[in-house]
Amino acid sequence: MIAAAGPHPVIPDFGPVSRCVQDNGFFCTDWFTANWDSVFWPALVQHVRLTVMAVGIGFVLAFAAALLAHFKGWLERPVGGFTAFLYTIPPLALFELLVPGTGVSVLTVEIALVAYTLMVLFKNTLTGLREVPPDVRRVGEGMGLTRRQILVRIELPLAIPSILSGLRIATVTTISTVEIAAFIIDQGLGSPILQGLQSPFNTQFVAAGALAVALALAADGLIVLVGRLLTPWTHARRAV
Amino acid sequence: MANQGQSAAEIVFDRATKVYRGAPAPAVDELSMTVPAGEICVLLGPSGSGKTTALTMVNRLVEPTSGDIRIDGVSVAEQDATGLRRRIGYVIQQIGLFPHMTIEENVATVPQVLGWKRDRIRDRVRELLDLVGLPPREYGGRYPAQLSGGQRQRVGIARALAADPPVMLMDEPFGALDPITREHMQDEFLRLHEQVRKTTLFVSHDMDEAVKMGDRIAIFREGGHLVQYDAPERILTAPADDFVARFIGADRGLKALTLRRVGDLPLEPADATPDTAPLAATETLHTALSALMTSGTDRLPVADGDGRLVGTVTLDLIRAEAGRPAPHEGEVA
Amino acid sequence: MNTFLDSFTFMGGHLGLLLGKAWSHLVLSAAAFVVALVIAAPLGIWLGHRRRGGFIAISVSNVGRALPSLALIAIFLGLLGIGFTNVLVALVIMAVPPILTNAYLAVEQVDPDLVRAARGMGLTPWQILFRIELPLALPVLFTGIRIAVVYVISSATLAAVAGGGGLGDIILNQVAYGLSGVIAAALWVAVLALVADALLGMVRKLLTPRGVRHLGNDGASSR
Repeated sequence: MIAAAGPHPVIPDFGPVSRCVQDNGFFCTDWFTANWDSVFWPALVQHVRLTVMAVGIGFVLAFAAALLAHFKGWLERPVGGFTAFLYTIPPLALFELLVPGTGVSVLTVEIALVAYTLMVLFKNTLTGLREVPPDVRRVGEGMGLTRRQILVRIELPLAIPSILSGLRIATVTTISTVEIAAFIIDQGLGSPILQGLQSPFNTQFVAAGALAVALALAADGLIVLVGRLLTPWTHARRAV
Repeated sequence: MANQGQSAAEIVFDRATKVYRGAPAPAVDELSMTVPAGEICVLLGPSGSGKTTALTMVNRLVEPTSGDIRIDGVSVAEQDATGLRRRIGYVIQQIGLFPHMTIEENVATVPQVLGWKRDRIRDRVRELLDLVGLPPREYGGRYPAQLSGGQRQRVGIARALAADPPVMLMDEPFGALDPITREHMQDEFLRLHEQVRKTTLFVSHDMDEAVKMGDRIAIFREGGHLVQYDAPERILTAPADDFVARFIGADRGLKALTLRRVGDLPLEPADATPDTAPLAATETLHTALSALMTSGTDRLPVADGDGRLVGTVTLDLIRAEAGRPAPHEGEVA
Repeated sequence: MNTFLDSFTFMGGHLGLLLGKAWSHLVLSAAAFVVALVIAAPLGIWLGHRRRGGFIAISVSNVGRALPSLALIAIFLGLLGIGFTNVLVALVIMAVPPILTNAYLAVEQVDPDLVRAARGMGLTPWQILFRIELPLALPVLFTGIRIAVVYVISSATLAAVAGGGGLGDIILNQVAYGLSGVIAAALWVAVLALVADALLGMVRKLLTPRGVRHLGNDGASSR
């Protein structure tokens, strides 16, 4: 199979395409490797870029909103309600609904993608900030920490696990939604899927689909790993 | 201890009153008392008697509605609350260790926000962990979840002592521990207090603990009234009223025996050849009485620290001592 | 703004088409949801009741979330070919994780002391399940159902690429229906999802025993 993709096929008489491709198998490794550089790798890079941008912007917005709501409790309901409303709109519909305003552009896609991250990031950040046990907060106050010091030294570190679990969900959801963005812009792993769907040839859309799944699982695992490094106290085992 | 330099401070409650918003009656009602520098004062009473409120008015977690509290002559109301709290150690029953910080980091918190130099903080933390019996090499890097309840409260106390505050506030610090650990921690704290001599307010609802820990006991009743403020011995032998008498219990005569030592009695001469094991002279009369009861005799030999017989304790001696009036306030150690 | 006005004109002119597509959209979604519910709810409740398999129940949800809907449809297109079945299987796979995880958490979070008390009173395991655990689990379970339903309606839009029908047929066929048609169908799908979400929110409120209405406020959904 590698032979077909390489410069000097071992069996030259076999022809330009492999048996698998001729028979339209479920997944043809040779075709996949041959098209990696031209099709899959660029799409993967675009996919990651769109995802990182959306989750990054979404995180900044949601974090700021959660901090505000942490200090001004009445903000929680309206902000939470609005982000939940955004989250409920089906992605394809939201993309299309934005097109008349912002056109067929990356901007359109990013607005929608960011909108989807807000609910879970806002909710998890706020929950995390409130996770501090009351007695811990009381002692913090009692030992003379200022409101700011309590936020920075106690509330934020203790919120990390909840914030990270929000980031996990938001990242994985965004990776999934970026595929749908291919209906609007010709970017990301959704593009080869949609192009592949135009013809009966399986490998292209199956491979792009599998790549997206792998990307989501990898991102999920990566965030879990970072989380473990950032929160050593959550898995310190009792040694007594 | 070279580093325990800062002297203790006198605490004065001057008609301090707290009425919570919407509450019909005050939580603390015109509390006036003086806690001399370096003493342990136990605030004792049933729940709802305002003892925790009285305690937290000192570090202004609760602001008095009227009246004043002064530490070394300076009203707490005139001091910046944050700065004030950094000069007061605060220990609570739930301990409230910061779960994401190691033991060392927990203890270092106040010195850090006070801007101490790194080396000074490190030395201080190690000294304190040694002081509370947690070798820093072994325990410094652990997280609170890796410690037992008693160990956690040691950290809580070390953390409260970190910036060498002249005043300690302890709100039922040993209330959540099992009886054996609690007793051990009480002994440890008394030993610690011998060394550091902080003026300590100690909230408790346990009479035995109060008698053991307190140089003085302030007894509160519902509605935040202070009904008696006295040495433990005086409270046990001369309760101010029926409420105090009922609160300290019908066995107050027995409890009073825990305050006196066998060695302080005018012992009878030692028998030549005692047929029972001797009592230590440092045991309390309470223990001596118990030993007499279980031995079935009415006299037991007493030995000093080196095991030499110094005399004999009898039931009559203990009975006579129990009937003796308590020394007056100021005469207690 | 003109596009939006045009889309309402389109709705007026093609009401029959939109209703038909919306109907097939709902049928597809309902079928997928019911299959997923029948598979996931009993399994999750059973695992939660036994207080075992929590790792599985929660991992399934994490992995499930990582499966992009379009990718799933694409992969099943390779396996099952174009048509209703392909899309149905993909949608079921998407709807199972939230139901399974929330069903598990819903039962698992019931105070073990209550269960012990019930056992002490002599209730059978079935009685404990139906009288104690399920009523207390309903709010959280319903949170999972709500997530699944909205997710299915939302993803069913993509069914069009695999011949599954539904409103996606219009949204994905700008050539035939024009931008105004696409926007009109997008609005319908959005409203469909929001209405389903609101309705299920109301049902959840009605089903929640009065004594526990303060509990389970979407609590488990974001784990």
